[in-house]
Amino acid sequence: MTHHLVLRVIAKLLIPFIMLFGLYVQFHGDYGPGGGFQAGVIFASAFILYALVFGVEVARRVAPDWAVRTGIAVGSLLYGGTGLVAMLKGGNYLDYSVLSGDPVAGQHLGILVIELGVGITVASVMMAIFFGFARRGR
Amino acid sequence: MLAVHFPALQVVLPLLAAPVCVLLRGARLSWLAALSVSWAAFAIAALLLAEVLAGGPLSYALGGWAPPWGIEFRVDAPNAFVLLIVAGIGAIVTLYAPKSVAREVGEERAHLFYTAYLLCLAGLLGVTITGDAFNLFVFLEISSLSSYILISLGQDRRALYAAYQYLILGTIGATLYLIGVGLLYQATGTLNMVDLAQRLASLHDVRGVRVAFAFLAVGLSLKLALFPLHLWLPNAYTYAPSAVTAFLAATATKVAVYALLRFLFTVFGAEFSFSALPMGPPIAMLAVLAMFTASIVAIFQENIKRMLAYSSVAQIGYMMLGISLVTVEGLTASILHVFNHALMKGALFLAMGCIYYRISSVHIADFAGLAKRMPWTMAAFVGGGLSLIGVPLTAGFISKWYLVLAALDRDLWPVAALIVLSSLLAVIYVWRVVEQAYFRPPPPGHDTREEAPLALLIPTWMLVAANVYFGVHAGLTVRAAGRAAQTLLGGAP
Repeated sequence: MTHHLVLRVIAKLLIPFIMLFGLYVQFHGDYGPGGGFQAGVIFASAFILYALVFGVEVARRVAPDWAVRTGIAVGSLLYGGTGLVAMLKGGNYLDYSVLSGDPVAGQHLGILVIELGVGITVASVMMAIFFGFARRGR
Repeated sequence: MLAVHFPALQVVLPLLAAPVCVLLRGARLSWLAALSVSWAAFAIAALLLAEVLAGGPLSYALGGWAPPWGIEFRVDAPNAFVLLIVAGIGAIVTLYAPKSVAREVGEERAHLFYTAYLLCLAGLLGVTITGDAFNLFVFLEISSLSSYILISLGQDRRALYAAYQYLILGTIGATLYLIGVGLLYQATGTLNMVDLAQRLASLHDVRGVRVAFAFLAVGLSLKLALFPLHLWLPNAYTYAPSAVTAFLAATATKVAVYALLRFLFTVFGAEFSFSALPMGPPIAMLAVLAMFTASIVAIFQENIKRMLAYSSVAQIGYMMLGISLVTVEGLTASILHVFNHALMKGALFLAMGCIYYRISSVHIADFAGLAKRMPWTMAAFVGGGLSLIGVPLTAGFISKWYLVLAALDRDLWPVAALIVLSSLLAVIYVWRVVEQAYFRPPPPGHDTREEAPLALLIPTWMLVAANVYFGVHAGLTVRAAGRAAQTLLGGAP
C-alpha cells in the first residue's frame, strides 16, 4: 500500500476542501447558485475519492451501510417533517412563512432546513449507489 | 382544523412513513407503520369522497402558494373516487402482506419492501390528487420507480427481466408524457390543469397543442397498458411477488386511466379530444381488439397469474370502450369499471397469493383437486371469477350492465353484442381453473386439507365480500361514478 504515494497525499489534502466546498454550496444556496442537490453530490464525491484511492473496504468503515441508509431516511424526513411542522403551526403543508414570526425569516429558515434534508439524502444516495456498484463481484 | 389538510395528508402520510420504515428496520415494526398509515390514508380518502360528493371540489395550495403559480392538490368527484379505491386496495394489501412477504421476499428485506410499497402508494395517490400537470409526472415517476423495485423482488429470476422490461417501457411512457407537458407549457405558459383548460380553449388550432395531445395520449396509454402497448404487463404481473401483483393490478393501471381521463376531458376538453380530433373510433377499435385478443390469449395460458394479467389487458379494453362513447353513461360505466375491476382483480390475485403460499406454484397443472385442499381459497377465486365474468349480484355485473346500456344508448348494437360476447371468453378461462380445481382428483398423497392461513384468507375474503356488496348495493358507486362522469364532461371542474 505504499505505491501511488502522490495520489494518496493529494487525495488527503483535497478531501477536506471538497467537503468544505460542499458545505459552502449547501448553505450559500439561498443567496447564490447551489443548493442541497449539488452540495450533496459534491460532499459524497469526497467519500468516493477516498474509496477510490484507499479502497472500498476502508471507506465503508468510515461510512458504514447503516449510516448511509439512516442518512437517506433522515434527510427525507427532515424535508417532509418541515412541512408537517408548518402544518402544526397553522399554515399549509410546506408553507414556510409560519415557521417564524416574520414571514420572510420563516421562508428563509424553511428553505435552509429542507435543502439540508435534500443535501443529506442526496449525499447518502450517491454513496449508496457507489458502494452498491463497487461491492459487486466481490 | 385537521380536515383542511386532508388533501395533503393523503399523500404525505405514506410518503413520510416510507423513510420511517427504513429506520425501524424490523419486519414487524415496519409492517405496523405501513398498516397504520395505509388505513389512515383509506379513512382520509373516504372522508374526502364524502366531502366532495356533499360540497363540491376542494383545493389545497401546497406551501401556501396560490394556484396557478403554486402546486395545487385538487379533489373533485373523479379523483376522490379513484383515491378511495387506490387507498382501499392499499390498506387491504398491507393487511395481507406480512405472511406473503415473509414467504416470497424474506424477513430481512421486509422493511425495505414496505418502504418501496409505501412510496408506490404515495406516488399513485399523488398522481390522482394533484391538479398540476408536471407534479403528476413527478408522482408518476415515484410510483413507477418503486413499482420496478417491487416487481424485481419476485422469487423467480425472470422477475428481474420483467422489472427491466417495465422500466424501459414505463420510462418511454413517462418521457412521452413529459414531452407533452413541455409542449403544453410552451403553448400556454402554465402547468395548472384548470388554468391549462381555460387557456387551451382558444388554442385548438395550434399545431404544438395537437402534438402535445398526441404525446400525452400515447405516453399515458403505455402506462395504462392499452392494447397493443401492454407488452410490459403480463411479465410484470406474473413474476412480481403475489402481494405486489394484487396491489399493482388493482391500482397502477387504474390511476393511469384516470390520468388519461383527466387530460382528455378536463385539460383538453371533450370537444377538442373527440370532435376536433376524432379520438373516439381509434380508442373504440383498440378497446375491442384488447377485449378479444387479450381474452383469447388468456384462455391459452398455463400460468394462472399470467392468465389473469392478460385478462387485465382485456378489462382495460372495457374501460377504454366506455371512454370512447363520450357520453355521461359511457364515462359512468368506465369509472365504475375502474373501481369494480380493482375489487375483482385484487381478490383474484390475493387468492393466487394464498395458493402460492401453500403449493409454491400457480401453474394450472398443480391446480388439480385444489378445491379439496384449499376450499376457502378456491371459493374466493370462484367469487372473484364470477365478478370478472359479470354474473348478476357481483360488482362486475354492475359495470358491464352500465357499459352495455351506454352502448345501446348510442344505438351501437354491435358494440353491446361484442361486450357480451367477450364476457363469454372470460367464462372460458375462469372455467378452466374451476374445472381443474373442482373436478379433477388431487395428486396422490396431497388430498388432505391444507388451507392458507387466516392472515391471508381474511383480506382475500374482504375483497370478495366487497365484490358482492358493491354488486348488490350499487347505489353508492353508481352515484359517485355518475357525478365523476358529469364533472368530467362538464368542462373544467
